[in-house]
Amino acid sequence: MQLSFSPEDEKFRAEVAAWLQGNLNGEFEQLKFRGGPGDEHMFPEERLKWEQKLAEGGWTCVGWPKENGGRGCSIEQQVIFFEEYARAGAPGRVGHIGEGLAGPTIIAFGSEQQKQKYLPGIVSGTELWCQGYSEPSAGSDLANVKTKARFDEAKGKWIINGQKVWTSLAHESDYVFVIARTDPDSLAHKGLGFFLMKMDQPGIEVRGIEQITGTSEFNEVFFDDAECEADDIVGAPGEGWKVAMGLLGFERGVSTLGQQMQFQNELDEIIKLAKDNGAARDPVIRQRIADAHIGLKIMRYNSMRMLSGGDGGSLQKEALIYKLYWSTWHRDLGELAMDVLGPEAEMLESGPYQLTRLQSMYLFVRSDTIYGGTNEIQRNIIAERGLGMPKEPRVKL
Amino acid sequence: MDFSFTEEQQMIRDTAEAFLAEVSSSEAVRAAMVTEQGYDDAVWQRITSEMYWQAIHIPEEYGGMGLGYIELAAMLEQMGRYLLCSPFYATVCLASNALLVAGSEEQKAEYLTKICEGKLTATLAYTGANGQWDANAVELLASKEGEAYQLNGTLRYVPDGHTADLLIVAARTPGSEGEQGISLFAIPADTAGIDRQWSPTMDQTRKQAEIHFNQVSVADMALMGEEGNAWPELAKIIQLATVAVAAEQMGGAQQILDATVAYTKERVQFGRPVAGFQAVKHQAADMMLKAEVSRSAVYYAACVAEEALHGGDLADQLAEAASVAKAYCSDAYFQNTATAIQLHGGVGFTWEYDVHLYFKRAKSSEIFLGNGAYHREKVAQLILD
Repeated sequence: MQLSFSPEDEKFRAEVAAWLQGNLNGEFEQLKFRGGPGDEHMFPEERLKWEQKLAEGGWTCVGWPKENGGRGCSIEQQVIFFEEYARAGAPGRVGHIGEGLAGPTIIAFGSEQQKQKYLPGIVSGTELWCQGYSEPSAGSDLANVKTKARFDEAKGKWIINGQKVWTSLAHESDYVFVIARTDPDSLAHKGLGFFLMKMDQPGIEVRGIEQITGTSEFNEVFFDDAECEADDIVGAPGEGWKVAMGLLGFERGVSTLGQQMQFQNELDEIIKLAKDNGAARDPVIRQRIADAHIGLKIMRYNSMRMLSGGDGGSLQKEALIYKLYWSTWHRDLGELAMDVLGPEAEMLESGPYQLTRLQSMYLFVRSDTIYGGTNEIQRNIIAERGLGMPKEPRVKL
Repeated sequence: MDFSFTEEQQMIRDTAEAFLAEVSSSEAVRAAMVTEQGYDDAVWQRITSEMYWQAIHIPEEYGGMGLGYIELAAMLEQMGRYLLCSPFYATVCLASNALLVAGSEEQKAEYLTKICEGKLTATLAYTGANGQWDANAVELLASKEGEAYQLNGTLRYVPDGHTADLLIVAARTPGSEGEQGISLFAIPADTAGIDRQWSPTMDQTRKQAEIHFNQVSVADMALMGEEGNAWPELAKIIQLATVAVAAEQMGGAQQILDATVAYTKERVQFGRPVAGFQAVKHQAADMMLKAEVSRSAVYYAACVAEEALHGGDLADQLAEAASVAKAYCSDAYFQNTATAIQLHGGVGFTWEYDVHLYFKRAKSSEIFLGNGAYHREKVAQLILD
């Protein structure tokens, strides 16, 4: 075991930190610690400019191969980049769905033409993406997609009809990637296609969903005879599920340490509050703050195991439990924040409903244990894949 | 950065597992745990002569293998899994660490060499009867009389204290308090005036003793380190021992998960294995989460302990890493064994099945060197005060 980073990696860290220090100021100063989960609706235009600033410095798509326009960073360097990014308080990335999901999918499964058409806009931070997976009847049961795609021979295009939901950044995005049913008689994960679509067209309508926070970063997206170019299906019709799920196997959690740096910022704020208002002297609060600190420390060690590729076995159990672990930890942190605040927990930043950062966090973390696989789905996956327990029965229609 | 086992470390772990599966079966554990000594001489003999585990992290100059704390933790994990009944923990994780941290060259040369040769068992005795685990635990009194010290008082909760050949003892100068006035001594257990009694315990797999010192006279060459100023060394010894308990706890938390999953796959009700019920699966998933998170905490703490013993950037993190690991693993092991009883149903409540052995061991390990709440408060002091 070797816990420290190499001297070259530490040099890289210094380079990242210096660039951020030199550029995250002036007009971008106001973006510090903004635009993260629960705050994604804030400063969309300024954050788009920031995305392009990052691109100028070569700091978008750092993990992509160089031939695709990326920086070709090693796993360690990607970890360092995300960690320093969060340490500097740099804002939530408007380009993260393109960089983290759309781009890697196109790199892995897309045609040469698709790569040339779509990757440069992601790298330059000029074209934003959103993800069209969930539907009203396809949440935890994601394969139950009802949105339909049929090929119109006359137009030479795919025609998409249906509805997507919980689509973050849809109102700001240039493109969406959609899984839709190419075989109308198919069920579950068979007969799906993976489509790359332009958002700005008559057949697509975006409506914001007002959330528990009173803000809207998620949307509903309606497809009414929306069009997709014939060349813009990734993989063959019927292979959409394979394409959509393909990247999950490669995910080793390079962004987890960056995410944890954000958690650390939140915990630090709570600790400061507790010291200031005397809650830090309450024995029960002390136990809970210490527990949060311990939980976050171990979260980091767990990520280091994930990133090191496990202990020789092919199944990385520490990766399997990660979502359940961090989401539950973060939800508890929200509750701790309110309990540390005491009666001040109720006091808004301002009326009519401007939440403080911690209030917003407290409310938003209720979604952490739901999106990206609920805690219940996570426990099924852990029991089935990690422990070999029987699979949930599927009802055959 | 590479936070995974090397091939050699994996080999050590696998060898330990294979050996313990042979010598520390349920039958073997049950036979050893009902004896006052608490372990089988033949098994200890094989460990010390064939496996050489007692020498694993001792430097080669004292006859050790010169490996590190990570290798030690990998073995402790397996010992925890198999509930090994042996004087290993007391000898290696308490006494050898104490000698490494606080022993003089002469003491190390004499005692560590004998420990490595398998000729000596030992333990650390620092707790009085007040139920504390920090400096306040030290109640034994040491009065200087000429060139010698006279020790008086009672030690309690001492692992293998009734069988160990050598006692590493903490005592305080009369009138001193807290972290002041603490001295460490290495004293042969057969010294006149030492009366040792086995304390029968609810967890039978790890023996405890009460030791009475009645006007025990020890020469000043028994003193380890500086008279009256040994708390920093003792604190470090306790922290190293805490990491070692956490490694055992993690192994136990994993083993009871494996046993529970295996049982629920075999147990059929309503025409199907109970492992197929979501109410069972979800509890098993939570057990796996606790075992894996424990593993992450222990491996990190072992890396820190290694640097604390042999130098490195992480050395000053030992207090925190030990408390982080012990707080998490104490609760995880206890909760996993409690859930294991529930998921085993009625048989989990019987003497026949091994679940109760783990449930009891989880509680005794949780208590020893401070439970979760104790270590959370220690962490709280680091970040809040």
